[in-house]
Amino acid sequence: MAAIFLEIPWAVVLILLPLSGAMACFLWPAVAKSVGLVTVSMLALSVAGLVWQVMEYGVYRHAVGGWGAPLGIDLYADGLSLLMLAMTALVGLAVSIYATGYFEQPHAARFWPLWLLLLAALNALFLAADIFNLYVTLELMGLAAVALSALSGSRDALGGAMRYLLATLLGSLAYLFGVALLYHGFGSVDMAILGQRLEATPIVWAALALMTTGLALKTALFPFHFWLPPAHASAPAPVSAVLSALVVKASFYILLRLWLEIFGPLGVEGVETLLGLLGAAAVLWGSVQALRQTRLKLLVAYSTVAQIGYLFLAFPLAAGSGITAWNAVAYLALSHALAKAAMFLVAGNLLRFGGHDRIADLDRVVQRLPLTVTAFALAGVSIMGLPPSGGFIGKWLLLEAALQQGRWDLAVVMMLGGLLAAGYVFKVLGFAFTQAGVPHESKTVPASMEWAALLLAVAAIVLGFLAAPLLALVGIGAPFGISEVAP
Amino acid sequence: MNWNAWLPLLMVASSLLPGLVIFGLGEQRFRLRTALNLSGALAKLALVGWMLWGVYHGQHFETRLPLLPDLDLVLRAGPLSLLFVTLSAGLWLLTTIYAIGYLEGSPHRSRFFGFFSLCVTATVGVAMSGNLITFLLFYELLTLATYPLIVHRGTEEARRAGQSYLVYTLCGGAALLLGTVWLYTLTGTLEFTPRGFIHAVGEEHHLALVVIFILMIGGLGVKAALVPLHGWLPKAMVAPAPVSALLHAVAVVKAGAFGIIRVVYEVFGVERAAMLGLTGPLAVVAAVTIIYGSVRALFQDDLKRRLAFSTISQVSYIALGVAIAGPIATIGGVVHLVHQGLMKITLFFCAGNLAETLGIHKISEMNGVGRRMPWTMAAFTVGALGMIGAPPIAGFISKWYLGLGALEVGQGWVLLVLAGSSLLNAAYFLPILYRAWFRAPADAWPHEHDFGDKETAWALLLPPVITALLALGAGLLAAAPFSPLEWAQLISQREFYQP
Amino acid sequence: MSTAFFYALVGVGLFCLGLYTLIVQAHLLRKILAFNVMGSGVFLVLVALAKRTEDALPDPVPHAMVITGIVVAVSATALALTLMLKLAKETGKAELAGEGEE
Repeated sequence: MAAIFLEIPWAVVLILLPLSGAMACFLWPAVAKSVGLVTVSMLALSVAGLVWQVMEYGVYRHAVGGWGAPLGIDLYADGLSLLMLAMTALVGLAVSIYATGYFEQPHAARFWPLWLLLLAALNALFLAADIFNLYVTLELMGLAAVALSALSGSRDALGGAMRYLLATLLGSLAYLFGVALLYHGFGSVDMAILGQRLEATPIVWAALALMTTGLALKTALFPFHFWLPPAHASAPAPVSAVLSALVVKASFYILLRLWLEIFGPLGVEGVETLLGLLGAAAVLWGSVQALRQTRLKLLVAYSTVAQIGYLFLAFPLAAGSGITAWNAVAYLALSHALAKAAMFLVAGNLLRFGGHDRIADLDRVVQRLPLTVTAFALAGVSIMGLPPSGGFIGKWLLLEAALQQGRWDLAVVMMLGGLLAAGYVFKVLGFAFTQAGVPHESKTVPASMEWAALLLAVAAIVLGFLAAPLLALVGIGAPFGISEVAP
Repeated sequence: MNWNAWLPLLMVASSLLPGLVIFGLGEQRFRLRTALNLSGALAKLALVGWMLWGVYHGQHFETRLPLLPDLDLVLRAGPLSLLFVTLSAGLWLLTTIYAIGYLEGSPHRSRFFGFFSLCVTATVGVAMSGNLITFLLFYELLTLATYPLIVHRGTEEARRAGQSYLVYTLCGGAALLLGTVWLYTLTGTLEFTPRGFIHAVGEEHHLALVVIFILMIGGLGVKAALVPLHGWLPKAMVAPAPVSALLHAVAVVKAGAFGIIRVVYEVFGVERAAMLGLTGPLAVVAAVTIIYGSVRALFQDDLKRRLAFSTISQVSYIALGVAIAGPIATIGGVVHLVHQGLMKITLFFCAGNLAETLGIHKISEMNGVGRRMPWTMAAFTVGALGMIGAPPIAGFISKWYLGLGALEVGQGWVLLVLAGSSLLNAAYFLPILYRAWFRAPADAWPHEHDFGDKETAWALLLPPVITALLALGAGLLAAAPFSPLEWAQLISQREFYQP
Repeated sequence: MSTAFFYALVGVGLFCLGLYTLIVQAHLLRKILAFNVMGSGVFLVLVALAKRTEDALPDPVPHAMVITGIVVAVSATALALTLMLKLAKETGKAELAGEGEE
């Protein structure tokens, strides 16, 4: 019986299932909620199946339609893809549970098809093995995400979505230009083949510049972050959660893959330094801006800008630290996804409860919405990088990589980032205990919404104890290369 | 089943699990809550007893779980861990009883006791940690668990006190983390080893080691309230009395002092630390803190604030004992961990009684209170005399050993500090005693609660009396086997100066 | 220089012109048009670079990429136009609020 489960092409299922689910939800809006929830649950199981499959058989490569590279589309799953897929499935499941309580018709009829399309795009992106397929999935994801963020139809939401759309399209176009140049230079779009054939020519520098800039724009790296706060803050809470947790990680994932497989071996120190510098600026600037916010959703959005900066701090450290820096990135990305999604869901709960998300007027919610505040506190612990949490493990690994190479500047930035994060997290928690100046009418928050947020936050904490097995999983297929420096 | 590998973890779980359940209880379920609290505390004491017996018979207790690819979470029972754990477990039981009485009728008790249990969990974790990363994990957990207790009342003042607390402790935690990771990159290990584990680090990293030491002691010194990192402590007095008692006698402040002991003896090794020139400045900082705390205490009218500054002063005796770097001084510093805990918690319990029963918050309101609350003030007197260093109470023993230890290594100036501090202690404690016993009371107490014939509720009266008796016993029976002093001597011999 | 290379340069030029307009112009319809011009520029580059040598047949793979790209651009433009219309209905003008500030 078990053998049958191992033989199913889970990677294909991961893409086809949400696609068909999206169609079903679109055609039969009355049952959209149930279809959506069932689809996402089955997605989670499929990811588990794929993980099992890869652990048994090693790296998974599947030629769609029987046509292999360089003409066909390949699906490729190694440890890093698995991590991202698992992240998507976990966050997706929690957000779906939350959405069943959050959206009523007619919004629900619009939400579910778009959400499942987004999931299909994300899964396809994490399984892609060539750079053009990445472009297609990137665009699919971007369009679904924009449509989702415009869902509420308010003026702020439409403006934020428009800005997001323009930024994301610009980014993809720059990326496509880079793909064109690379194909022209080396005759293939398959990442593994490109990695073998690449040499340092002007075409490659141009492609590197274009693709990195385009992806940095989509990942909201400082100074390209301008579109993120308005879009993430004005979207409905579950959509904001997905945008911050998953969508920005997808473009970062592409950047990471390009770096690891294609551009990294070229030894471009200038670009590494630049990315590190921008990452540091993001950490500091984003954290300071988050501290200044009076509304919770904007605070959480700026926190995303800051946390993305941490991911880029690894680029200057990667060459000298073996796999420690990249392991840190994997852990930070995963913990941030869980914690940030939890935070946005909390913001949604507070909005539903009090009708507003002003931080200073949180009116003793610690007593009236204890699950929600606990979720925020636990998520905050991970964001601050305090033990025990996934964020702490990521921070430890990144600090280790930095101090090993004497990079004091980066270490100080990390510590400052953590302290500033503590500033804005505890700003919110402190006000959760005090009474508001003017009491507000409160509405009940469905249990599904509170528990979804709490479970995500608890997952971020539990992640702090799973470092050893998880990092072993990520290492399948050696996505980060063989480490040159012995630990 | 190999119990020895699980016992340390069970020890931590014995307060974690009841705490998590208590969070979910409704406000009215006070019987269940009390049952959970007390059973957790008693279970922990039972486990401590088991462990003590086991270690005495040469058994080995260690829990080891993988945390990072090359680092484990290690909980280990050694003499120093057991000293701190026994103190914590015993005082937790008493503070729980006290808190149940103190918070009678207060709102949000489930939340309070839940976080209370988390605090003790973190403290036990700090005590039993076997390497620096485990220590760091529980140390930061302690910060997080104590914050909600400080802001418990939900007033603007409480929120700001909590904010100040966090600024200090999180910056301290950041310094500690930085020092720990840096040390790890130099040594490749973080396991607590008697006499330190940095021998292999070469000469060229001397400056790095000095900076790491400063970072670590700075990080630990925030919780241990070394001057100038002590600012959070007086402000945290806004919390309810059981919190002040726990924070100042058992959990936070002791965790910092305990960390300093661990770092100097089992990370750097006291000989290496002295060679690097680190113990001298530490002794000076400790001495300055001792005098400064006492001087500030003189000028406080609020009783809890006077006790807060007294704590700042007294905990640095432990740091001083460590910094003097001699075996006898070590005994003095380590045993003061226990003695100061017992005496200070007595004083805070009594302060809480005065506030709860008679509405007294200021010393100027304490005239004649000895006649109204004799048992409470008797316990207070024992505690105060112990702080001054009057024999036969425990405080005298600690000061004696510290003085002897200073002479042993030729640091005579320490005697001046000790003498000066004792004089200052007398100067701010004796007037309180005089007021309480020998002055006539005012016409009415600020806010009296009626307890009938009794002085005050049993739950409020029993704990301070017990801890006062323990403080007296620790001093009187110091030469008996299994006294804290014997234990400290064992630690000093076994862990620090093995042949 | 070969014709193909000339067309490729024109494509780059279109890309840059479109980029400039996208950033500078405030009206959303102009931004969307600019984006389409940029897209056409990239497609032109792809097609031009597909002709590797004078006499050989052009490489069909970039052509396939262009077709895919056109499909994506059409969908994206449709979404953008819909958003623009809704925004114009809500706010009365087809511009992003706070244009130029950040």
